Amino acid sequence: MHFIPEIITNILLFIVLYFEVFILLTYLETREKRNLPPTLLPKQLPSVSIIVPVWNEEATILKTIFSLLKLNYPKDKLSIFIVDDGSLDNTWKVLQRFSRNSQIKLLKKENGGKHTALNYALEFIESDLVGCLDADSFVHPEALKKIVAHFENDKELFAVTPSIKVHNPKKIIELMQRVEYQWAVLLRNILSYMNALYVTPGPFTIFKRNVFKMLGNYKHAYLTEDMEMAMRMQNSGLRIGNAPDAFVYTVTPQTIRTLYKQRLRWTYGFLRNVIDYKHLFFNRQYGHLGMLVLPTASISLVSTVYLVVNTISSWTKSLFTSISQIQTVGFHFAWPQFDFFYFDTSIIFFLGAVTFIGTFALVIFARKLSENKITLSLDLVYFFVLYAFISPVWITKAIFNVAFARKTKWR
Amino acid sequence: MEWKKYAYTFVITAVIFATAIFLNNYFSQKKLNEVKNIESRIAIDILASETQFSLLSELPCREIGSSVLSQELATLGDKLSYTEENRGADDEEVLSLKKYYSLLEIKDFLLMQKIKERCGTTAATTSPAIIYFYSNIKDCPDCEKEGFVLTRLREEYPELRVYSFDYDLGLSALQTLIAIYDVKNQTPALLINGRVYYGFTSIEDLKKIIPEFKILDKQKALLQSSPKATSTSN
Repeated sequence: MHFIPEIITNILLFIVLYFEVFILLTYLETREKRNLPPTLLPKQLPSVSIIVPVWNEEATILKTIFSLLKLNYPKDKLSIFIVDDGSLDNTWKVLQRFSRNSQIKLLKKENGGKHTALNYALEFIESDLVGCLDADSFVHPEALKKIVAHFENDKELFAVTPSIKVHNPKKIIELMQRVEYQWAVLLRNILSYMNALYVTPGPFTIFKRNVFKMLGNYKHAYLTEDMEMAMRMQNSGLRIGNAPDAFVYTVTPQTIRTLYKQRLRWTYGFLRNVIDYKHLFFNRQYGHLGMLVLPTASISLVSTVYLVVNTISSWTKSLFTSISQIQTVGFHFAWPQFDFFYFDTSIIFFLGAVTFIGTFALVIFARKLSENKITLSLDLVYFFVLYAFISPVWITKAIFNVAFARKTKWR
Repeated sequence: MEWKKYAYTFVITAVIFATAIFLNNYFSQKKLNEVKNIESRIAIDILASETQFSLLSELPCREIGSSVLSQELATLGDKLSYTEENRGADDEEVLSLKKYYSLLEIKDFLLMQKIKERCGTTAATTSPAIIYFYSNIKDCPDCEKEGFVLTRLREEYPELRVYSFDYDLGLSALQTLIAIYDVKNQTPALLINGRVYYGFTSIEDLKKIIPEFKILDKQKALLQSSPKATSTSN
């Protein structure tokens, strides 16, 4: 009776495991490259413009701007464009203190969404490179130089992504995300070696100005314009790189509710963009991205939901059995007796164990890359336990919304 | 495209998978062997008891007691139902182990009847026996509940011997037992002291039906009131 679910579970586990092995192999392959000393900096630094789209962000905007002003980069080569996208609070007033700063240009427009703010600023920009920084993020002083070095190193790069860290994590939910972001640092780096990045993160991805001239400006793209831009670049064969040592700090959701909304938006956006760019799937022309990364990323969403629904249903079943038992004969506590006979030795158990060990190893490597040290702390537990329970909720909802064409909101 | 890498990855993943399948088979076989071992130990126990019984008809009833009756039947039953859950009820190995288990249960039951006949009101009489018929094929929501009741009773009275049978198991000896006691195809059914009770029977009802429980309760109360006395019930 449980034959078919078992086969489906095994196939899904095979795919997940295949991807994990591929990622681990790539990690080992590229280890030497990753350990290379920082590249020498070019004498002629390119001009860079950073766009900061702002909407009702009077509380954090100053910190963001100050972090940009503290960037170790020649002042005459770095311009900051702050676009007030029709804020309703005091943001515009707060921004006025920079009105006489030669590096900063203040722009104001009617509210139209993040992508319109970015596009509005792009009209004024003619520098060699251009990037964006969300008003809830802060850059490390060396971040820009490190990114620029990558452009100099590899002339074929059209965009370089940074490494994003969680700003000042304290709550459990932030600590959980810290591990997730560390994991993303490694994954982004490995994917860059595979030329398979499908997101150019909003916080501080730097593009060649040409990209927007060649491919057009940002699109609404289901509120995930940074994902759509990356897919559009991949679609046109423009390479995206990664600077793992260029750090950006971002404020992450601090409640389950806001995290849920953010992730729902991301997952929904991913699914819709993937549908729009479905011709990339299993298309050899798009390399690892088309053959492996996008298909696995999509399947892993489905399999997460499937595995969790399966687990929950089996737990519910045992819960009902226990309830029925208590109703019938009352509650009697007995210490479970250990007998190897009752130890789970199913195929799924062994594969699950291997997959978990692989994931754990990757997370540890990720910590090494993003923090430069290996630490074992409680946040790992939060990540592995909590994330496994809450992520299926937004994934399920996102799949549901895509299937029934519902729109997601920003906030 | 690096096709080689895709191929290597496939090979590595396949090896991991094959290892998982191998480990699963290895441990399944080990578990089956364990069940088989328990079965053969019980078979030897029963055969030994029977032989002892026929050889020494003069054997004092006190010595026969419940000690000759294999204590492992309950463990075997638990392990077998776990195996059945994992491998599926129609698994060949499971079926054959289940048939053998049922045969052992019948033999154990018969042996106990014989002891009862000969020794009457000694230790063996205080070993109450319940024959329990359940069904896996038919929808039997009460079977699970009856199972809880019997497990609980067995925890409370380790002397209780529960013989559980799958009513639909194609085993001639079992069908004969069903025919002798005229057990209808209505599960759960309990056969206690020659009488069949159909439908869910609660712990309280069973305690009323089986008088031996009262004797056991009295024995326990006696033991508790004289803490120095050592247990003789096993």
